[in-house]
Amino acid sequence: MKITFDWLKDHLKTNLKEKNLLEQLTNIGLEVESAESLSADNGLFKIAEIVKIKKHPNADRLKVCDVNIKENEIKKVVCGAENAKEGMLTIYAPPGAIIPKSKMKLVIAKIRGVTSYGMLCSESELNLTDESDGIIELPNGYKKDIGKSYFSKSKSNLIDLSITPNRPDCLGIRGIARDLAASGFGKLMDLKVKKIHSKNKHTLKVKINKEKGQGCIAFGSCLITNVKNSESPNWLKDKLISVGQKPISAIVDITNYVMLDMNRPLHAYDADKINHGIIVRNSKLGEKFTALDNKSYKLENGMCVISDSKGVLGLGGIIGGTRSSTELHTKNVLLESAYFEPGSIRNTAKKLNIDTDAKFRFERGIDPLSIEDGLNKAVKLIKEICGGEISKIDIQKIEPYKTKKIIFEPNVFEKISGFKISLKEMVKILEDLGFGVKKYKKGFKLDVPSWRPDISQEVDIVEELVRISGYEKIKFIEPIKKRKKSTLNKYQKLFHFLQRSVASKGYLEAITWSFTDQRYNDYFRDTKKEIRIINPISSELGVLRNSIFSNLIMYMNKNLDRGFKDLSIFEIGPIFNGSNPGEQNTVVCGLSAGKKSRLSWIEKDRNVDVFDVKRDVIQTLVEAGYDSQKFFIDSETPNYFHPGKSGRLFLNNKKDQIVAYFGEIHPNILKQVDMKTESLVGFEIFMDNLKLPVKTLNDLKVKFSFSDYQKSERDFAFIVNKDVNAQDLIKSISSIDKSLVKDVKIFDVYQGGNIPENQKSIAINVTIQSSEKTLNEADLEQINNLIIKTVENKTGAKIRS
Amino acid sequence: MSDLKKIKDEFLSKLGGKLDISEINQIKSDLFGKSGLISTQFKKIGTIAEDDRKKFASDLNIIKDELQDLISSKVNEFESAEINKKLEKEKIDITLPERSFVQGKIHPISQTIDEISSIFSEIGFSVEEGPDIENEYNNFTALNTPENHPARDMHDTFYLDEKKQKLLRTHTSPVQIRTMLKDKPPFKIIAPGRTYRSDSDQTHSPMFHQVEGLHIDKNINMGHLKGCLNYFIKEFFEVDKIKMRFRPSHFPFTEPSAEVDIRYKMKDGKIIIGDGDQWLEILGCGMVHPNVLKNVKVDPAKFQGYAFGIGIDRLAMLKYGINDLRAFFDCDYRWLNHFGFDPLDVPTNYRGLSR
Repeated sequence: MKITFDWLKDHLKTNLKEKNLLEQLTNIGLEVESAESLSADNGLFKIAEIVKIKKHPNADRLKVCDVNIKENEIKKVVCGAENAKEGMLTIYAPPGAIIPKSKMKLVIAKIRGVTSYGMLCSESELNLTDESDGIIELPNGYKKDIGKSYFSKSKSNLIDLSITPNRPDCLGIRGIARDLAASGFGKLMDLKVKKIHSKNKHTLKVKINKEKGQGCIAFGSCLITNVKNSESPNWLKDKLISVGQKPISAIVDITNYVMLDMNRPLHAYDADKINHGIIVRNSKLGEKFTALDNKSYKLENGMCVISDSKGVLGLGGIIGGTRSSTELHTKNVLLESAYFEPGSIRNTAKKLNIDTDAKFRFERGIDPLSIEDGLNKAVKLIKEICGGEISKIDIQKIEPYKTKKIIFEPNVFEKISGFKISLKEMVKILEDLGFGVKKYKKGFKLDVPSWRPDISQEVDIVEELVRISGYEKIKFIEPIKKRKKSTLNKYQKLFHFLQRSVASKGYLEAITWSFTDQRYNDYFRDTKKEIRIINPISSELGVLRNSIFSNLIMYMNKNLDRGFKDLSIFEIGPIFNGSNPGEQNTVVCGLSAGKKSRLSWIEKDRNVDVFDVKRDVIQTLVEAGYDSQKFFIDSETPNYFHPGKSGRLFLNNKKDQIVAYFGEIHPNILKQVDMKTESLVGFEIFMDNLKLPVKTLNDLKVKFSFSDYQKSERDFAFIVNKDVNAQDLIKSISSIDKSLVKDVKIFDVYQGGNIPENQKSIAINVTIQSSEKTLNEADLEQINNLIIKTVENKTGAKIRS
Repeated sequence: MSDLKKIKDEFLSKLGGKLDISEINQIKSDLFGKSGLISTQFKKIGTIAEDDRKKFASDLNIIKDELQDLISSKVNEFESAEINKKLEKEKIDITLPERSFVQGKIHPISQTIDEISSIFSEIGFSVEEGPDIENEYNNFTALNTPENHPARDMHDTFYLDEKKQKLLRTHTSPVQIRTMLKDKPPFKIIAPGRTYRSDSDQTHSPMFHQVEGLHIDKNINMGHLKGCLNYFIKEFFEVDKIKMRFRPSHFPFTEPSAEVDIRYKMKDGKIIIGDGDQWLEILGCGMVHPNVLKNVKVDPAKFQGYAFGIGIDRLAMLKYGINDLRAFFDCDYRWLNHFGFDPLDVPTNYRGLSR
């Protein structure tokens, strides 16, 4: 909402300065986004006419314009606007002028070889509106003003307010003035709009159909005949320009003025184009009309339309149609001032995807009691400026307006706000805001002003009182440093632990978007369902990720392109299995590329490999408190891993839930994403599948047992079939006697040579220790034999002689 | 007697000379070997007259200790000389590089979340979480933002179905709803997490992070809200004083609502928080709307309290001087390495949030 202090002063009597105004506006919740002069030297921006256009000799899109800036003083200006045409009236900025938007000072400059003396401006460059397509086109009425300054000499700054959606009343200058006055910033002037008195009959019949879902509650109108639409007088043009609006013609300017002044949207019809009166009704499926934005709309059932016997004229409260629009030569005008239901407006606008100023206002709620005031104010101005005869005002209603009432118990104020104000002060604030206040039992019975659709219960009254008396009155109550419940639960603690544990192994933590490119997602989707976003920000971010690998591999590739060769990154975050709340899992996903050691004087070059990531996974889990002795690993992995060089991990051999995958990323994927690296390995740890430890760390620490008796180590070499897992050998040895077998290490794996084909030799070192005695040779011999026998029985191995 | 003295004198003088290890060993065996001079004397103890025996034994022990100590110190001297000699040949160029290591890093957003949790932990908040995919009810309707409420326009929502029933949460506020539906008051929680809006430019990213706060009890008023946020901001920016402004605003799920600004200034291109003449908008908050409490079956006549929502990414940018929001999610190795934190830097109350 754009306002000026000058305009506010039409409603507000105050001696205070603009600086105080800006502060006060923000203090009462009407946030000042910016306050600036429309232009530092706004007198420099002149009304001018393009007299001639030539093509720029060196640039297809540029034009060289001869611009008449004052009594046939012609300047050459290079301009890129598509809409520039000969005979067009626009705004010229001479060299030396500072463009309000960019704050750039114009200079005489050569543009692609042609000297340009100044610039033709767009609305956005002048901070008037956001319109940046093309330069401003002024109506023909401005022709006599060529050479004059476009902006009035007003010193008043343009103040841009951010009005929250609950405050439609502040979309009008008067509403803002009322709030300011209530807060003690001046006095609200009493501006009773004079009722027009007319004996002329209103000859256009208006009817609101009483039907289900009727979006129009009241429709007021006035017929003005024999008007002479013209250019607005200077005061009106200046007023509109001062808040960034472009004057068009008197009738349009007057409706805009009333809308901005009191948030009362009006709509003007060419009465001669209306056939047999107006019917406000629900639309029928398939009805069509062409709106003022020159687009044709096809309507659904139940949209609130203004129609005549020929069909739809416009969408009530949203946009008018071309068929009944006023033009400069319009003689008879029907002026509409209606109340449309916010929900109905919003539904229709959303379905048809239309956004207009009227829609913005009606969907927030227009004062239903402003129908007559709006008509009176506008019609009076039309008569003054355009002449003509006025009819009586006609107001059709399908239901009467009921004043909302709230019982307010004053104690509630202190209970919520934490501070006190006197009853007298409360009454004054509420009355200044327009509430009717009556004593009721221990409190008040309040009449809510018709322009405040946002107020419906006691707490809304509290807000008004706190807001106007000032948020700075709220006390600071120091928080108490006391904790009743632990900050993190076990799951959250595990999350933080895994995060820092993986990072401590040399991985950089990344945070990437939860959505990803479908193509990348497909590489890692495996058998999961694709989850599409209906309205993605771009097609490259169209699906929710089924695995974090999709994003990590993309970013890994970017980093490799930047010239980094050896790199480990990880992310901990959600992956998605479905589109319902909760169909997500938390995953720790890591990716390592390149070499473990490269160009080292002391270590041999070595690619990262699957046993590096396997260590990272297992070490992380062990650090988090899981027993690696119980881990069970097999080689069934999703298709994005190298089928022979990847594994999945379970917490134990019951294999109930997959805790992690690790391995080499499938070489085909590397090929498809065009990744150039010596090696790419990765892992995924599925946090939700990790059983949370039942025992706390404290519980586990209680029992400390160890043995001081002598340890013995024995080496074995077994020949086994190639497909026997090392894991099976280790498990079968350690399961022999847990009180004696303390450690099992594989120190060599060998194939070929004198080992038969399809077999391999595995060399194992076993540490044996008793917690009861020093084992003698006989004891050890017995265990040795047991180990050999067990391994041979369980795995088909043969001890090497 | 004179025997002992003789042995002592003789060997002290022998050991005083320059000896190699074999000579020392020879002396050792001459004295303490099976038939060594000292050993022989010990055997004699029994033959000595009872009156003199005690003194003899004592003298003998003294001499034994003296000679033994001298011999072992000689041996040590010799051995360490040998080691030193060997080490002289083992000199390496110690300026050669160490074996390579890699340092992992924690993302600044994760670090910031830990900092925030640590601060709120101190004043009794616990951490709650909710899913990234939400239903329309939890994200909007339950939060007093029914369909057709213009406030929905303020959130550009990503939808997952044509009926617009399932969406990516636009704020962390639905965690309020989930928490209150699940438990009974009082509530004192923060909920950090990912949030999504279909908005993308220099200052907006389609995904960002928020932390929600909720404190509901019997008599929690706006003063508690102000005190809590003042405490948080001071602790977070690790400054003693902060100038803070509450100003009225509007959120459908709080009433009254406020936005909070803090003072800042720019110094040498860096933002200084807490002082200065500029206001910086930092968060939104308010008293939980009675309609929200009713929606989660909490009686607004008995319970009331506040809620707030803070942009985590923005806090991290301010605290750590990060200029570009998009860089958070760009995964550039150089950026992560520069702005990331060592995993051992866990923010805690006792050792402070940051080094």
